[in-house]
Formats: sequence, structure tokens, C-alpha cells
Amino acid sequence: MPAWVRSGLLLSVALPLVACAGSQSALDPQALQSEQIRHTFIMFLAVSGIVWSCVTVVLGIGLLRRTRIAGAPLELHPPFETCAGRIILGLGIATTLIVLVLSFVSYAGQRTLFAKDPGALTLRIIGHQWWWEVHYEADSPHNSFATANEIRIPVGKPVKVELESADVIHSFWVPSLTGKMDLITGQTNEIQFTAKKTGIYRGQCAEFCGLQHAHMAFAAIALRPDEFERWREHENQSATSPTDTLAKQGEELFRGRGCALCHTVRGTLAGGQLGPDLTHIGSRTTIAAGTLPQTPAALGAWIADPQHIKPGNLMPRMPLQSGELIAIIQYLEQLK
Amino acid sequence: MSMAVEQKEMRDDALHGLQLATRLEGIWRTPSGLMGALMSVDHKIIGRRYIVTAFAFLVLGGLLAILMRIQLAGAEQRLLSPDLYNQVFTMHGSTMMFLFAVPVMEAFAVYLVPLMVGTRNIAFPRLNAFSYWMFLFGGCFLWISFAFNVGPDVGWFAYTPLSSLQFTPSKRADVWAQMITFTEVAALAVAVEIIVTVFKQRAPGMTLDRIPLFVWAMLVTAFLVLFAMPSIMVASTSLILDRLVSTRFYDPSSGGNVLLWQHLFWFFGHPEVYIIFIPATGMVSMVLATFARRPVIGYPAIVLSLIATGFLSFGLWVHHMFVTGLPQLGAGLFTASSMLIAVPSGLQIFCWIATLWDGRPVYRTPLLFVLGFIVIFVIGGLSGVMVASVPIDTQVHDTYFVVAHFHYVLIGGAVFPLIGAVYYWFPKICGRMLSERLGRWNFWLAFFGFNIAFFPMHILGLMGMPRRVYTYTPEMGWDRLNLLSSVGAAIFALSFAVLLANAIYSLRRGMPANDNPWDASTLEWATASPPPPQNFDRIPVVTHRDPLWADPNILPVIAGLSAERREVLLTSLADAEPQIREASPEPSIWPLLTAIATTIFFIGSIFTPWAVVWGTPPMAITLIGWFWPTGSKEDEE
Repeated sequence: MPAWVRSGLLLSVALPLVACAGSQSALDPQALQSEQIRHTFIMFLAVSGIVWSCVTVVLGIGLLRRTRIAGAPLELHPPFETCAGRIILGLGIATTLIVLVLSFVSYAGQRTLFAKDPGALTLRIIGHQWWWEVHYEADSPHNSFATANEIRIPVGKPVKVELESADVIHSFWVPSLTGKMDLITGQTNEIQFTAKKTGIYRGQCAEFCGLQHAHMAFAAIALRPDEFERWREHENQSATSPTDTLAKQGEELFRGRGCALCHTVRGTLAGGQLGPDLTHIGSRTTIAAGTLPQTPAALGAWIADPQHIKPGNLMPRMPLQSGELIAIIQYLEQLK
Repeated sequence: MSMAVEQKEMRDDALHGLQLATRLEGIWRTPSGLMGALMSVDHKIIGRRYIVTAFAFLVLGGLLAILMRIQLAGAEQRLLSPDLYNQVFTMHGSTMMFLFAVPVMEAFAVYLVPLMVGTRNIAFPRLNAFSYWMFLFGGCFLWISFAFNVGPDVGWFAYTPLSSLQFTPSKRADVWAQMITFTEVAALAVAVEIIVTVFKQRAPGMTLDRIPLFVWAMLVTAFLVLFAMPSIMVASTSLILDRLVSTRFYDPSSGGNVLLWQHLFWFFGHPEVYIIFIPATGMVSMVLATFARRPVIGYPAIVLSLIATGFLSFGLWVHHMFVTGLPQLGAGLFTASSMLIAVPSGLQIFCWIATLWDGRPVYRTPLLFVLGFIVIFVIGGLSGVMVASVPIDTQVHDTYFVVAHFHYVLIGGAVFPLIGAVYYWFPKICGRMLSERLGRWNFWLAFFGFNIAFFPMHILGLMGMPRRVYTYTPEMGWDRLNLLSSVGAAIFALSFAVLLANAIYSLRRGMPANDNPWDASTLEWATASPPPPQNFDRIPVVTHRDPLWADPNILPVIAGLSAERREVLLTSLADAEPQIREASPEPSIWPLLTAIATTIFFIGSIFTPWAVVWGTPPMAITLIGWFWPTGSKEDEE
């Protein structure tokens, strides 16, 4: 298919939404895999468009014809019937050929999509109701670390994500990068993609996973390889101790008021395993699995009443004075 | 030992005209009063109840859809809490699939098939009554549970482990699973009746190549039900066992497998789509022939397409599981098998279009709905080819693209023909015509409302909107298209209000219909509108595929059935040669009592396994009552 046809077709679909094509869109591919899928999709769309137009036109012509005299339903037109029979047979064969060709086109796309690169950077993601636990795996345990609800990846390098679930079935989906893959209880799935451009791409759980399925998103941030390495080195470090008094007070409250029972901040006594790792929460873009932006105000609103923003999640509402809340926010914000 | 001289039984050849009609009516009439209504085994009465009940569930399911469309019309709406929203979409899907779409098709078959094949009642009429009661009780059970805030909230697919005891400790998942059992019992019963009616009770001369296409479609559907439903029964029963008595079918930590559920569910779930769609194609063929004013071109091709669709439908369930990490080559093969279904579907559409080319279309409401069906269904079929492709599916799976796709297939492919069928057969069932003027309003509102509601969902899906989310943030940029979709949904809902108003108005004031108001060709139009209890005074003999067109003035008949008791004529399977006279059961209260006993057993068993023990004796007692020999002549012979 010539390039202009392709872009024209895409445009016709995408035009009404140019303004709204956000960072979570299959129409806006930013990786080799999502481009491959869009390519296959456009081929199918073109064939479908042609088929539907033909059917509608032929149907329309049929409705305009007035060949039969009224009142003689069984009067047959043998030449027409023979001819129609041949055409229907021909169209049946054509349909068969079209779907066979499309099957091969699809399979070729599938091969490219699921091609595996042995040298890929490996991440392990574990789905929870309703957040994402992320592990960066390395040969040495010293270089392996955990984070949550945000992944950073180098541009131009293949990334392999191993997917598991701690509870129910979830689905890992960053449409700008590639198609989705389920996180299934009791098995490990795998997906690979190679980002082409730096940027922040939103991902969201695509398999219904219970009460807060709507609020189980994450960010995939594609960085230049050197930036990625710097980030990775930094992320591997433990949290630095707070320097100002307010943040120090916040750290004590974090431990004293039960936060640490569920959350880990590496390098401190906080080692809870039930909630997301917060070691570098201050450098993330969102909180509560992509539900809110990571700002002091949003953090405050979240900690003050998590059940209002995301009813049913595991985090309880803690009775805190406003001064205590501010201290905890200060502490979390400086966990860069 | 005495040789009783058998008194000669009066046969229907001894009587004529009004005398015969009155006598047969007396024999086949349902007793009056409440007790009579509860005892009825007349396929027309039960079919009508089935249709009305299924449409009542359509209204309920539709109201839930409206709630969801209000919630999603803008970002961060708070009409429904997440908990309620999850119940609402689960109830919407379960109601539409299990309490509307499948039952309504069976309901039309229960009403029409015996008339179309020219017999006096459906096979196993008491089973038919039982089937209706089970359907009614199952549907009420689901909706009463919802009213008490125990409505299922795990999706109409109830994937494990979300539906397991650990993650759904309340009774909600049990309610869902047991509702399935109710409707499956009802559906299996009807399937058996349809198969036997079509195989053994066709009018003499109705050879295989003279069976009306709707009857063919229902026969294929009945076989699909027979082979698909056991899979879901195994699935839902083992889910209940997991939840109730701690078996471990779906628990990976004890060697179970959560994907086992998906295989079992979709091995049923995909044929389910064709259980809904194939009857609709049968309706299309009937309506089209009448209003194109000629028989449908390619009768054998259409019959073979129906059968091929039936077979293929069992070989493509894996396309619901392309993103579960299955082996790639296997997934690729299921791409091909899924797309192949386009071949029989396409053939049918080509035959219908050819029929219109050679016909002289009469643009009444039923035909409008059929034309709307072709335009919309082809879009749904083509988006189906897209989602059958593994790479495309990895993007659009579980997004609004799929929501758009299956509403195009199910509403475009089944509801449009169904509404056309309502306009077409309403005069036969109720004796009055529906208003044509309201019918046109109904069609155009439905056509535009539907497309405005569902077309934008394709784009929303590509823009990354996942299914089953109760809200979304304004930054996602999904609000404008969602608002458009909600407006379309409101227009679409209005079209159903018009249909309802039309039905209510026409029932009282509609133009009275004669026997054959559309000048159609099949046997259901050879009797009065509405038909008398015995359907036909004399059993017709079929000499042509379109008997009422072949000779509009004289319909040959056969005589010799009893004029003293309920009797139907059994004929041979292939050639419909008369074989034997067979007694047909009298009205009975036992099917209702059996259904009540079964309902107590089913509902009790979600609370305690002991219900299986104390629940069976009442069922056994009612079944004994049901089958108690009445000393009929046939039994003595």
C-alpha cells in the first residue's frame, strides 16, 4: 500500500481526535511493536472499508431495481438465478482468499510483535489489587531493586517485562508502546518492547480486577540511555536521611503512625510489604497507581482520606493532625 | 378374561368445518382461571410468556445501560459508586446474554416452530412449561438478589480467581453461578424440544429441503445449545464447588488452574454468540422473502452456511484469550479459524442481497430493520475480523473497541432482526397490526441512536479506554466521545420506548390482522391470527417450499387424527412421511411444582451443601407426580 493511502486512512480515523490523542493511545505509537500493530491494523481497516462500501453500494442498487411484477412471488428468472449463483460462489471464494491472506498478514505481524531479544533489559512486574509492584532485575542482587507504579526504560533498547500476579488477573497495557499481556495467577507471562522516543506513556490495567480496576494505572517513562543509567543507579540507592526538622518529624510519624507496617523505605526501619515501595516516591510522577499527580497537595489529600479517592483500597484512613500530615508530606517529598 | 370390544374412536375425518374446529378447540384449550394459566402446556401461551418475560429483562438490562452511560458521559461522574457500577455492568451483561438474548430467540422458536412445521403442539409440552418456569425463577432470583445488594459484581464472565471465595467472600458470585444453572436448564430443555419437534413432527411432505429457514436456524441453534451449555455447567458447578465445599479446580496454589475457567467459559461463550445470531439470520431470511416478494435465493447455500457456522463456532474460543500468554502458533491458528466464520456469514449476506436484486422490495418496518441489520452487522463482522488478528487484538482486547464490536454484532446482528421479527409476527401472535407510522419512527431512532452510541466506542478503544472502568480522569480526553455515545444511547433507548408504546397502543387499537396480512409463504400464516389452541383444524400437507405461494387458494391437508384426545402426527426424519399418531400431554401443574422444588434446591445449595441432600426428595416427588401414568389409551396399547 502506498504511503499516502496509509497516512490518509490513518488520518481519517485520527482526525477527529488529533486534539485528544493523549499519552495512552494505540493511534500514537512510540515503539517498534506498537508501530507494527498499527501497520497491521491499517491494512485490515483498508480491506474492511472497501468490503463494507462494496456491500452497501450493491445493496443500495438492489433496492432501487424494480424488475419483478407485483403478485407473482414464485415467478423465477432462471438466467438471473444462474448468474447470481455464480457471483455468490465467486464472492464466497474471494472471501475465503481474503481471510486466508489476512491470516498470514496477521501471523507475520504477530511474529514481529513477539520476537524475543535475548539481550533485553529485564523487569518483573507483579500485579496487586490495585497497584503495580516493579522489580528491576540484574545479575547481582546489589543492582536489583524494587519500585512501584512507574517504570523507566531506555530508548532504543529492548525491554522484557515478566508478568505475575499476587492476587487476581490483571493486564499490563501501555498502548503507545505495545499491546497488552495478562498477569495471571500462578503463571509468568512475558512481553517485550523497544521504545523509539523519549516521553511519558501512560499504562492502565486492562483486565477487570475488582472494585478499583479503574484506578490501576502507571507511567512508563522512556529516557535516553545515559539518563536511564543515571536513574537506575540512583534508584538502586537507599533513601537519604532527611535534613530539615519538619521532614525528620515526618519520618518519625511515618514509623510511629503505622505507615511503615505496609510500606518499605529502603535504608530505614520501614519495611512493610503490603503496599508500594516508597523509597524514591518523591521522584515519581504519580501516586496511588496513576490516580493522582505526585504533588504535595495531592499527597496530602490522599493520606488524609485514601478511601474517598479510591474506595476499597487497602490503605486505611489515619487520624492525623494537620501539622503531622504536613510533616509526613515533607518527608515523602524529599524521598527523591 | 374378557375381550373388551374396543369402542371406535372418533377421528377428525368424521367432522367438518366449524364442528371440527369447536371440538378440537375444546380438547386443546387451556383451562381458564389462575389454575389453568399455571397448568398451561400450550406452546403459544408459553411462547408468549417467554417473549414478554425476555423483553421485560431487556428493559431492565437497558435501564442499567442507561445508568452506565450517564456515569461515563463525563469524566469523574459520581452517580454510581464503584461497587454499584461493577454490579451494574455485571448485571447488564448477564441479563442481556442469559435472560434476554438467548431466551428471546428460544421464545420465538417455542411460539413459531410448531406453527411453521404444521403441528399442534411442541414436543414435550410439559418440559416446555418447566423450562419457562425455570427461566422466570432464575431471572427473578438474580434481580431480587441485586435489589438486596447481593447482585454479582465479577463481570458476566466471572473470571477466577476474582470470583473465588478469597476475593469475593460474599454470596455475589454464587448468585451469578446459580443463575447460570437456572438458565442453562431452561435452554437445554427448549433445545431438546426444538430438535424433536423439527425431526419428528413436521407436516407430511415437509422434506428436509422444504423446511422454512427459521426452523433450520433454530435446529442448528438447538444443537449448539446442546453441545455448548454443558461446558458452562461444568464451569459454574465447579466454581460453586470451589466456593462451597473447598474443592480446588481454580486454585493455582493447590494445583488448580485459573485459565481452565477461561477455556471452559469461552468454549461455551463463543458458541453462545451464534446461539443468539443464528436464529436472527433465520428471522432475516423469513422477513426478506416476504418483503422482497420472492423466495430467498440460495436456500441450500444458506442452510449449509448455518450448519457450517455451527461447526466453526466451536473452534474459535481461544480468540478471547489471545493475551493470556498462550503459544503463538496456536493463537495464530485460532486467528485463521475465527476469520473463516466470515465465509458462511458472507455467503448468507450475498444470498440476501441477491434476493433483493431480483425482488420487488416492499418497504414496511420489518424490511427496514432487516436492511439496517445488513448495514450494521457487516461493520460488526469486519471489526470481528480485526479483533481475530492476534497483533490487533493485543491492543484492542478489553477496550471499548471490543465493546463497540460486539454491540454491532449482537444488536446489529440479532436485536435489529428481532425487532423486525416483532413487527412481522406481532399480527400473528396478537391478531392486530403494529402501527406502521410508529414503526418507522422506531426504526430510524434505533438506527441513528445505535450508531451514534456505539461507533464512537471504536475510537475510544483505540484511544486507550479500557472496559469496565467506572470512571476516568478528564486528562484522558475521552469525555467528548463518551458524551456523544451517551446521547446516542438516549436516542436508542427512545426507540425502544416507541416500540413499547406501539405494542401497547396496537394491542387495543391496532388494525385487526387477517390470517396472512403480509401475503407470506409459510405455514404459520395458514391459520387464524392469533391461532386457535389446536393450531390447525387439519394437519397441512406440504408440496412446496413456499406452500402458501405455490397455491394460494388450496392447501392440501391430511385427516385421521383423534377427535377425542390430544394427538399429534409423527413423521419420518428425512422425508416427513406420516408414521404414527402420538398422544400429546394434557395441562398439568406438576411442571410448575417441579420448577419450584428445583428452585429451592438450587438456591438452597448456595448456602449449604446439605441442600443437595434435603433438596432432592421434593424434586423426586414432583417428578413422580409429573410422570404418574394416567391410563391413557396410548399407554394401554
